[in-house]
Amino acid sequence: MAQRIVIDPVTRIEGHAKITIQLDDDGQVTDAQFHVVEFRGFERFCEGRPLWEMPGLTARTCGICPVSHLLASARAGDEILAVQVPPAADKLRRLMNLAQMVQSHALSFFHLSAPDFLMGWDAPVEKRNVFGLLGTRPELVRAGVRLRQFGQEVIEILGGKKVHPSWAVPGGVRSGLTLAGRERIRTGLPEAFQTARLALRLFKDLAGSLNREIQIFGNFPSLFLGLVGPDGEWEHHGGRLRFMDSSGSILVDQLDPQNYREYIGEAVQSSSYLKSPYFKPLGPEEGMYRVGPLARLNVCKSMGTPEADVELKEFRKHSNGAVTSSFLYHHARLIEILTSLERIERMLEDPELHSDHLRADAGVNRLRGVGVSEAPRGTLFHDYEVDRDGVVTKVNLVIATGQNNLAMNRTVAQIAKHYVKGPHVPEAMLNRVEHGIRNFDPCLSCSTHALGQMPLVIRLVGPDGTVLDERRRD
Amino acid sequence: MAVRTLTIDSKQVSAEEGTTILGAARDAGISIPTLCHLDGIYDVGACRMCLVELAGSPRLLPACTTMVAEGMDVRTQSDRLRRYRRMILELLFAERNHVCAACVSNGHCELQTMAYSQGMDHVRFAYQSPLLEVDLTHASFGMDHNRCILCTRCVRVCWHIEGAGTKNVSGRGTHARIISDLNQPWGMSETCSACGKCIQACPTGALFRRGMTAGEMERDRTRLEFLVNAREKKQWNV
Repeated sequence: MAQRIVIDPVTRIEGHAKITIQLDDDGQVTDAQFHVVEFRGFERFCEGRPLWEMPGLTARTCGICPVSHLLASARAGDEILAVQVPPAADKLRRLMNLAQMVQSHALSFFHLSAPDFLMGWDAPVEKRNVFGLLGTRPELVRAGVRLRQFGQEVIEILGGKKVHPSWAVPGGVRSGLTLAGRERIRTGLPEAFQTARLALRLFKDLAGSLNREIQIFGNFPSLFLGLVGPDGEWEHHGGRLRFMDSSGSILVDQLDPQNYREYIGEAVQSSSYLKSPYFKPLGPEEGMYRVGPLARLNVCKSMGTPEADVELKEFRKHSNGAVTSSFLYHHARLIEILTSLERIERMLEDPELHSDHLRADAGVNRLRGVGVSEAPRGTLFHDYEVDRDGVVTKVNLVIATGQNNLAMNRTVAQIAKHYVKGPHVPEAMLNRVEHGIRNFDPCLSCSTHALGQMPLVIRLVGPDGTVLDERRRD
Repeated sequence: MAVRTLTIDSKQVSAEEGTTILGAARDAGISIPTLCHLDGIYDVGACRMCLVELAGSPRLLPACTTMVAEGMDVRTQSDRLRRYRRMILELLFAERNHVCAACVSNGHCELQTMAYSQGMDHVRFAYQSPLLEVDLTHASFGMDHNRCILCTRCVRVCWHIEGAGTKNVSGRGTHARIISDLNQPWGMSETCSACGKCIQACPTGALFRRGMTAGEMERDRTRLEFLVNAREKKQWNV
């Protein structure tokens, strides 16, 4: 009889989700799906709010990456006011976004994912977490926590608090960087660099023994989307969109984010609150694309900073075209931490950061605006429509995790087909399936703009729909 | 003028006839919580935060509209009063949609500060979650009915200090709303002089300057007091 395995909840991710693995009569995996079981409704309840409140309001979508929403929302506001943001404000926004990359990537690597490959896939579940790692590698965990702290402190220095600063606003930012703030950032940089290099070395040393994971954990062709600068270099805020396929050919380049709807469609599945965006010209099946660190490193020509460019060259040895293994999101994340630190270091030399011209003022000059920013997990779109008084009438949020939805489904199916044979599956095997999701560092609170409880579940289901096995962690 | 002697919280206090219990208490350094009271304009006793106990009276009385009398024995603090004050705050929070985190007045809001100071840590009443409008039609100001507690400070400053008479209250009970002129969009008002006194008077984030973002709306009440003193007491301290 055909069966279904359910992993519920999926652990060590940001949010609540479950995985369903479908088995045929012989116990072979036929399909697997990732379901997001939380719902929040931000797009709906933002309707009727003043445009100016949107950055502070949408930042509340998430406690991990509030900065991403804050910045994308402020940019959408800039478009509606049709203003030129003062140069200092633009630079400070970029500085905050880089700090956000550092803190969020550090969390994903050290707290959520590293326990799998440092403690071992088959380590007892009670050891395979950041506390287990603290027992065996205390210095490494401490460095990881400190790296995240560095990113969070830069955010606090700029925005007044670490989580949910209401700092970026339509037209600019509310406060500047003091000289004392700059010195605090500068003091923290050497240790942050040291940890970033340490983590990169660690991952590359491990990579030889992780070949199997690189081959199996979500390795397939897809398109990639990310922002790039005018010369195609790595970009995280501002910039234009580029779509690339897995052979490395550029399909769309320098696309104005205002026109994203020409190329991105959004499909919905009845089994998940997560939307599934796709590349419109190829349709919902063929148009699967990935966003985030792996995609950004694939689409860019260079990182634009010396140390990260050396790392990029080495990273690209994994493939002739684009790097297609989702497991290498981890590697890409570490290179992004490095380039973010290099960019922060470079920015601190800029005297313009201390300017007090930080905010452009205007009324409502356009009735629609799209704000795009690279969140740690990928390209984030905030698309607003307003009436002539500035009351928001329509909101569309296209979130990184949603854009990776189709690829996450493909990843869990690939891993399940490899490791799951029959309905009785050891926990360590299911952990590998979960890790397929952790590759993407999904943020489910963001992606469903949703509400619910934290747990994630894996469920094994027969062809008649009966649940044969369920693993749940609350 | 005749002086009245009374007791407030066991303290002997004297005050001129025609002074409110609130005024007498404050002169004596005794603080009574208030929301609808605003220095410089007349009181209406709308919010009931300032309820006090009066010996010999079974009813609680609002300190802001009850005049002092000879021999009064007033209590401003008791378990019963604290319980009622918390309940009044809970009812205010339940009645409309107060979302501090995203509010323009977060951190500078009298309702929020009052809830903290009175120990209101949760709301026991069902949130009414009414669907209410935001009026952004005015060139300079906005009104968010979600955050209005109907204290009528805006109405009183508009009539009493500015003399424009733009702001009014329409409807009764839960249907009561602050309106402009004959309930038309604020931007269409023919009487509003855009003086901004209502913006300075509002205790919550209901009235704000356009373009304000979360936590950015700070008010300067002393401007209102200055205008009243200047006009009525001829104190032009410039």
